[in-house]
Amino acid sequence: MSTVVEKPKSIPEHCPGTQSDNAGRASACAGCPNQQICSTGPKTPDAGIQLVKDRLEQVRYKILILSGKGGVGKSTVTALLTRTLASQDPERNVAVLDIDICGPSQPRVLGVLDEQVHQSGSGWSPVYVEDNLSVMSIGFLLSSPDDAVIWRGPKKNGMIRQFLSEVDWGKLDYLLMDTPPGRSHWSHYCDNTTSRALLDVRKEIDFCKKVKVDVLGVIENMSVFACPCCQRLSEIFPATTGGAKQMCKELDVPFLGSLPLDPRIARCCDEGKDFVTALPNTPAVKALNDIVTKLVETCERKLNK
Amino acid sequence: MEIIRRYVLSGYWIKLARWVPVYTDESQRLAVMSIGFLLDNRNSAVVWRGPKKTAMVKQFLTDVCWGELDYLIIDTPPGTSDEHISVMENLKQVKCDGAIIVTTPQQVSIEDVRKEITFCRKTGITILGIIENMSGFVCPHCTECTNIFSTGGGESLAELSKVTLLGSLPIDPRVGQLLGKAAVKELPDSPCAKVFKEIVNKLGAT
Repeated sequence: MSTVVEKPKSIPEHCPGTQSDNAGRASACAGCPNQQICSTGPKTPDAGIQLVKDRLEQVRYKILILSGKGGVGKSTVTALLTRTLASQDPERNVAVLDIDICGPSQPRVLGVLDEQVHQSGSGWSPVYVEDNLSVMSIGFLLSSPDDAVIWRGPKKNGMIRQFLSEVDWGKLDYLLMDTPPGRSHWSHYCDNTTSRALLDVRKEIDFCKKVKVDVLGVIENMSVFACPCCQRLSEIFPATTGGAKQMCKELDVPFLGSLPLDPRIARCCDEGKDFVTALPNTPAVKALNDIVTKLVETCERKLNK
Repeated sequence: MEIIRRYVLSGYWIKLARWVPVYTDESQRLAVMSIGFLLDNRNSAVVWRGPKKTAMVKQFLTDVCWGELDYLIIDTPPGTSDEHISVMENLKQVKCDGAIIVTTPQQVSIEDVRKEITFCRKTGITILGIIENMSGFVCPHCTECTNIFSTGGGESLAELSKVTLLGSLPIDPRVGQLLGKAAVKELPDSPCAKVFKEIVNKLGAT
């Protein structure tokens, strides 16, 4: 019979959790009334993790989109990558899981802002944008655009866990997860070219190495801007330390490509329109197609290893 | 960690019995404290969950010897999570004069920022105003102004939330390249510097 140790009322500030491998053994455990029980008792496997595993078994490739910095265009790039993956092959099933709990953008960006999520016996049904493209976001669960999710880490982690274990995706080829900036909940990057954004991306890459997540590559967003009037190029966010390519070389991670700034992208995102199919001959869409081709090759190569 | 690169800050020793902030120059009129100073190297990631972050925020608020200050500006990460809740909890006994909300003109940004406004209202922080950043780019070759990140978001948010729009900052690549120097000193005639001065004047009058 398995036992679950209940947390005492006066738990240490950095309690690792009674189910953790460090339970009873971490430095924070010193002085806790449950220390002995935690360190000697049998550990039950976390049932939640198994639920997530079962749920995601039918998802071929699960990709986290990360950036250490806010404002680099991660949600936009996630949506563009998803649209490109879906449009390149109608037989390919693609989905976005929007786990930016405080700032869920995907419902607007994918043009499904007023849709609702339905629950059934098999779990939560995601919202379908196209036949082969679906999305799940906490944005669908908020009753008003002013509703703020003001939660501390554990409650946010609980929501993320629920999303991962209860959404009925069906059979998927690609599940892209749009994450909030930073690393406290986690472990494909997106960065601006300025040294400050790159500094944060370096930390993000360091984080992935620490938690043993494969870095599929770095995408450099907002690389150049072509003036619609004179067509000349400007570097709006100048690369002061060699840019993303240089950083990728140093850190030995693949450089997937650069996306230029195009004001029509921002407009499409605001209006929920599909930039990829609306403007297929733009430099941005050409760059997206190249990036996605490289990404697909990388994923298939890893799977076949 | 964004702040650390705006000022030249290598090799400062900051740990004493309490923490002494880092001063940007000999006048000691502008001080900075950041977790960026505590990392061994610039690639190191801070991979902490909520309780540890909360403790760090508390330490920064209680253990730094600022000395006599006219203004303390707290730069927060995006969102409405541990760091924001911790700051508000720790400042309960101290009068927090208000919050400035930063947005870009896009609807996608406004949507997130509306939640930030809700956070302020729920936690009782006065909203001093909104600053719209990345508001238009003037091409250095032909002077055509393009609204790369859409337009009008700051104004519509200010109207919707009944909050003052303090100013709109255009994109100026020269500001990003300053790294360690003040835009108002190095580029005093730039549109950015002018808008910053107007914003500060408005804040002073509040």
